[in-house]
Amino acid sequence: MRNLLTLTGSGKRHLKSLARTKKQEALIGVLFASPAIFGFLLFIFIPMIASLGMSFTDYALVNKMRFIGLENYVKLLNGTDPFFYKALGVTTYYVLLSTPLCLIFAFFMAVLLNNESIRGKAIFRTIFYLPTLIPVVASSMIWLWLFNPDLGLINTILRVLHLPPGMWIYDEKTVIPSIVLMSLWTSGGTMIIFLAGLQGIPKQLYESVELDGGKSVHKLFYITIPLMTPTIFFNLVIGFIYGFQVFTQAYIMTEGGPNNASLFYTFYLYRTAFKFSKMANACAIGWILFIIIALLTLLIFKTSKEWVHTEGGR
Amino acid sequence: MNGNSRSLEKTVLYLFLAAISIFCLLPFYWLLRSSLMGLVQIFEMPPMWFPAPVKFTNYSEALTILPFGRYFLNTVFIVVFTITGTILSSSVSAYSFARLKWPHRDLVFGILLSSMMLPYAVTLIPTYLGWSFLGAIDTYYPLIIPAWFGGGAFNIFLLRQFYLTIPGELDEAALIDGAGFFTIYSKIIMPLTRPALIVVGLFTFLNCWNDFLGPLVYLNSEIKYTLAIGLESFKGLYNAQWHLLMAASTVVVFPAIIIFFIGQKYFIEGIAMTGLKG
Repeated sequence: MRNLLTLTGSGKRHLKSLARTKKQEALIGVLFASPAIFGFLLFIFIPMIASLGMSFTDYALVNKMRFIGLENYVKLLNGTDPFFYKALGVTTYYVLLSTPLCLIFAFFMAVLLNNESIRGKAIFRTIFYLPTLIPVVASSMIWLWLFNPDLGLINTILRVLHLPPGMWIYDEKTVIPSIVLMSLWTSGGTMIIFLAGLQGIPKQLYESVELDGGKSVHKLFYITIPLMTPTIFFNLVIGFIYGFQVFTQAYIMTEGGPNNASLFYTFYLYRTAFKFSKMANACAIGWILFIIIALLTLLIFKTSKEWVHTEGGR
Repeated sequence: MNGNSRSLEKTVLYLFLAAISIFCLLPFYWLLRSSLMGLVQIFEMPPMWFPAPVKFTNYSEALTILPFGRYFLNTVFIVVFTITGTILSSSVSAYSFARLKWPHRDLVFGILLSSMMLPYAVTLIPTYLGWSFLGAIDTYYPLIIPAWFGGGAFNIFLLRQFYLTIPGELDEAALIDGAGFFTIYSKIIMPLTRPALIVVGLFTFLNCWNDFLGPLVYLNSEIKYTLAIGLESFKGLYNAQWHLLMAASTVVVFPAIIIFFIGQKYFIEGIAMTGLKG
């Protein structure tokens, strides 16, 4: 009896101390996460709300803020500001062209490198990855020079091959494809992610295709691509989100030209805010971008159920 | 027959690899080649493939026209404080999200992660106005301080992934021995995940070194410029002096490549990590 009493006593004490550590853990947990939580509030949540609020005003740095309702949005969407749809169109064109091309190119590089019979794999991998290390400012300078119609490398090569030289970023029609070409040059990061995914595919699967008399093509379409869909999906989402935010290339190489043919959305926003000081207007531009990206991401996630392979199958 | 088609396949494979390698490397070559030419040579038609004579003085000339030494120090200053802040604050937050239990932890983490998808364009203007209200325009505070508040959702995510792989018994044993949570974080988790911290440090270095919009928006006086902004203003001043512009660009590119070769192993692993658990 006495034994039992002491036992429950110590048990209670144990429970109490456990509860105390639990409480303490929760407290310390929140404390340790607080830099991130405060950072989120200070640099993301509050600015977002402020941006939304400001987009309903006419604030332009010098004037007193005045509530004007949806006027900023209306003026953008009904075409009063002709640059809005231009910027949206240019950026959409760029995203639709560069995202799939970069994915395919990166995937192609990764598949090449994943071949077991290749020697010097690490060297090729490094070479393919190298361009992604270059600061965008510097790579913009380099490509500006490469695209130079008279003295640039690209036209020099074309002339050597007796092909007609182009105007590249200096022509309305070719400026976006030119910048897409430049983005292909920096798809090494995506390649590394694909490569890691490829290395995770079990070898037995390929062997069973071989046993059934399948060729490389069958391996690619029945094993590699289906099993890689989660990685493709990840890179697709990231590609979309980053594609909409291209800025430096426009700022340094084209200043949005020629004739606004490379007026990238973020550059347009920057110009509205920091050149013309139309802060409130720029907030509205930013929020429209946010809504577009959110909707697109949602759409990709929704359709992903149809084509993204999940572990364990459906 | 079979052997023949094998070797053909191999040849095609290497041809592709070589073609892509040329595509990746040729711009670097053109950059170096142009940075070593004189003004007359560079305007020669048709363009020459090799600089003759090689003109190393472009570098000293480009670097003295604008105070690139100063820009270099400015950039290093920002990079050092950003990396320190990022590593400390992202690791302590990741530790909490991975190993400490507290109410709504995973919800908070999810919200934090979703902020990775937020375009910076949405927050740029209010953040700018906020710093301007605090009188911090033309200082390094707007570029450094955010790193000390979590260091970015991406880094927290990356570290949390690593922390989850460490067996929980380690923490429990340490707790029973009377160690506090901070001791566990600093004496067990941090040393065990040094490679992950290096990855975060390297990525932060690159991001910070390559950052253009931040310094462009926040820095006004020339003496405070970073290398990226310095290079941009150089282009504005010496538009047609391609040889000097390319020399200056090479100087900006070089440190990033050096750092990559030092930390290559960690880079490749780090990028692979991000995609696997997307």
